[in-house]
Amino acid sequence: MPPFQGEQPIMAEKLFYFLSFLSILSALMVVFSKNPVHSVLYLILTFFSLSGHYILLNAQFLAVVNIIVYAGAIMVLFLFVIMFLNMKTESEKPLSWLMKLSGTLAGGLLLVIFVGVIKQADRFVPSEVDFNSQVGLVENLGAVLYKDFLVPFELASVLFLAAMVGAVMLGRREAGERNF
Amino acid sequence: MTEIPEIIRLVPLQHFMLLSSILFCIGVVGVLTRRNALIIFMSIELMLNAVNLMLISVASYHSDPAAQVFVFFIMAVAAAEVAVGLAIIVMVYRNTRNIDVDFLNNLKW
Repeated sequence: MPPFQGEQPIMAEKLFYFLSFLSILSALMVVFSKNPVHSVLYLILTFFSLSGHYILLNAQFLAVVNIIVYAGAIMVLFLFVIMFLNMKTESEKPLSWLMKLSGTLAGGLLLVIFVGVIKQADRFVPSEVDFNSQVGLVENLGAVLYKDFLVPFELASVLFLAAMVGAVMLGRREAGERNF
Repeated sequence: MTEIPEIIRLVPLQHFMLLSSILFCIGVVGVLTRRNALIIFMSIELMLNAVNLMLISVASYHSDPAAQVFVFFIMAVAAAEVAVGLAIIVMVYRNTRNIDVDFLNNLKW
């Protein structure tokens, strides 16, 4: 992109930090909001900001799949179940403060371990000679998927069939069960 | 073809790793501190996405397509997992009228 050589760098960096801020904030809201419907909506926002990250990283195919599969299909399923169960009012019993404190402390200590490991890692600088920026496009990914990963790809279809049969079996109404 | 995108040149890989670690830990805290089964399920989705972000960032910095195919498989498995998990939650609600995980302690000890 020669015409934008001057302003592009600052733009991309700012966009990264903005999207990171947005995704962390909405992830926190998923966990801490009282209403489950709000949690689902914040989770959709998180998925969209993660898709923005994928586009920044030149993984366009996965960004589109993320929007279609996660924000499209999975979140609609979540919203449907929440409305099906009619959980407008929060019926969750408040947890004791000791349990909340210990859970938060455990998560925070895990983060401390992660940060310690990441700080130890060497700074990776990609080499100019063998870098391929087109690696995340459909053409390249499709070639890899259907050449090297053909067997797992076919096995995934068997998994989907099993999941579909399982979901239908679980959702079937038993004889003598209460109705809604 | 060999031109490195600006984001990879300017933002170190550690920042992406830090972001995905933070998202993963938020998911862990959600699983540990909430009792609503649906919110726990959403926190698990959050953790899966944090791992996806880590894999994609490493794949892009190394320009390796294999890790991106791996993320594709994670998304496929996550879709199947959500379908079965939500069916289980609906079934539990139909039988007990409650999806509080503290309520489902018959198999605890």
